[in-house]
Amino acid sequence: MRAVETPFEKVTAKTFPKGPDVLAPGHRACQGCGEVLALRLIMKALGTECIAVSATGCMEVCTAPFPQSAWRLPWIHVAFENAAAVASGVECAVETLRRKGRGPDKRIPVIAIAGDGGTADIGIQALSGALERGHEDFIYVCLDNEAYMNTGIQRSSETPFGANTTTSPSGKKSKGQATWKKDMPAIAAAHGVPYVATATPAFHLDLMSKVRRAAAIHGPAYLHVYSSCPTGWRLKPELAVSIGKMAVNSRVFPLYEVLDGRYAVNRRVDKPIPVGDYIKLQGRFRHLKEEDVAFIQARVDQEYERILKLAEAFPAEVEKAS
Amino acid sequence: MAAKRIGLEVSLAVSEAVMLCDADVVAAYPITPQTHIVEHLSELVADGKLDAAYIPVESEQSAMSSCIGSSAAGARTFTATSSQGLALMNEMLYIAPVLRTPVVMAIANRALSAPINIWNDHSDIMSVRDAGWVALFAENGQESLDLTIMSFRIGEDRRVSLPVSVNIDGFTLSHFIEPILVPTREEVAKYLPPFNPLVKLDIAKPVSIGMLGMPESYTEARKATDDALLASKEVVKECFADFAKQFGREYKVVESYRADDAETILVVMGSIAETAMTAVDEMREKGEKVGLVRLRLWRPFPVEEFKAAIKPAKNLAVIDRHMVMGVPDGPVALEVKSFLYADAARPSVSNYVLGLGGRDVTREDFWHITERAKAPDAAARPRYELVGVME
Repeated sequence: MRAVETPFEKVTAKTFPKGPDVLAPGHRACQGCGEVLALRLIMKALGTECIAVSATGCMEVCTAPFPQSAWRLPWIHVAFENAAAVASGVECAVETLRRKGRGPDKRIPVIAIAGDGGTADIGIQALSGALERGHEDFIYVCLDNEAYMNTGIQRSSETPFGANTTTSPSGKKSKGQATWKKDMPAIAAAHGVPYVATATPAFHLDLMSKVRRAAAIHGPAYLHVYSSCPTGWRLKPELAVSIGKMAVNSRVFPLYEVLDGRYAVNRRVDKPIPVGDYIKLQGRFRHLKEEDVAFIQARVDQEYERILKLAEAFPAEVEKAS
Repeated sequence: MAAKRIGLEVSLAVSEAVMLCDADVVAAYPITPQTHIVEHLSELVADGKLDAAYIPVESEQSAMSSCIGSSAAGARTFTATSSQGLALMNEMLYIAPVLRTPVVMAIANRALSAPINIWNDHSDIMSVRDAGWVALFAENGQESLDLTIMSFRIGEDRRVSLPVSVNIDGFTLSHFIEPILVPTREEVAKYLPPFNPLVKLDIAKPVSIGMLGMPESYTEARKATDDALLASKEVVKECFADFAKQFGREYKVVESYRADDAETILVVMGSIAETAMTAVDEMREKGEKVGLVRLRLWRPFPVEEFKAAIKPAKNLAVIDRHMVMGVPDGPVALEVKSFLYADAARPSVSNYVLGLGGRDVTREDFWHITERAKAPDAAARPRYELVGVME
């Protein structure tokens, strides 16, 4: 069945899952952490009948210091770079045991969760392998907070241009991060998987519906989730959600889906807010000059237009995000 | 039991053993000389003879990662590798034991690079000897098949719950065709109960596996694993004994050959024991009181059984197939010496390194070693002696 035709239950304000969170409260994330918010919503959308695999990182450390686990479902962490490979093994085991009559006779989604470093840098090989192999009940979520936050804000290939991190510091001869953010959703889509989507907890129903769709689809799904990090971004914790809205509304982080290779922009931004408004709230960009912001603005518009053109050329039939 | 031995390449015999054990998941990446094992497994899965998922992973790092995930989910899991592949798995090799995932791995032992070399020695497994795996060394084809079957039972025993490696000398054993008795599925099923782990990733009974071990819990987690590994020796012996009862082939953790009255004992591991036994026979014919002790079980190190086996010896010639760079002894000699240190009546121990990167090991090498082990200065040499090396 094509991904676009696979039925799934959307999450709306009315159908928002009730009951306790799958990711229990009491974890040790920082105040205002956008990543743990994303994780909580993702797990709430999935429910307890799935198996989660975490890569080493903030979310693993803050949710599972022995003997206190925040996970109300089967969960495993093995190492940093291999969440996709561990999830591959779990998925094949579950499927085989089901076939052989030794496991539950139902589909059990296996979700691998990693940060941007664990996905786009050290974990990209394992991820590529898993996407290419086409695991049936495999969801991969990249919680992108745009740097190695767990180790103290070092740059990754997902760190945006101009951002100050501890290994891309701004200085007399540096504007901070010198490279443009690696386009992971495009890389995932290039594997020809049935489903790729971007999301952010700032649009929480959209995020949760995408998780539901990823779980329903037969074949690998890749979700790239923008997750603000007040600590690493030098952002006021109370702005963790607003900044996500601004990222979308400034076209910095477009919300879109790739279904069976066809594109849908979930939120068209025809009247974007200036990128400068988004940037000025974050201390990591404090050193940037007007011309740097102008450069970023131009590139952001170009990247957004590319997605828009793809959606025009190869449109998928999906509804707009609520 | 099949009454007749059939000619079977040892690699294929290992794959057949995995099939007979009804493994659920195989995740592997090809590397010489392990390839025939995984090729045959792929074939068995493709032909429907083995009902398993074969995961053609993109690296050995992912192979071991997938195996840990699969085993944690309650599936009987197998992989195979060699040399650089084992080295690439390194990080995960240390995690599998502590997560108590009883993966079984065949290692077609091959030299580590550099220089790049595809031939046999023990540098791959010896470089990860502290990881926490049960490690067995096979001497011949029959033993390779039998140990593979026994490994699942050893590792999956709830008292053990640890991964197990079956070490098979690359090419010199893995690629030989030997006469092998192949048991039936029914016989193996009688010996090997279904995999029923204490904890697994189960939606009906959620657990968290692989949590963060802070200074308050890390040591205890490591100790629990070491306790299990040390205690696994008795389970290994039990599994060997039950195997003998059912299949009539008796295995011991430490094997002896003509060692009961030997003044000089050669200590070896793996397939060179067959050459060494021939050399022992030849030397015995000439009146030399020489014998052989072979470590089948390398981890946990069977200290008591080893000491009992070498008791008669005045001279112990420990043969290593790996160098511990920067240390004047090979890994086996280092350990043997440390175990014997407290014994007042310890033999003279000397160390020989040979057969690296596929260099041929001959009967003459063992004659030479036996002579050298008897020399008055044998125990006092400042460094291992290289045998068969170009000067």
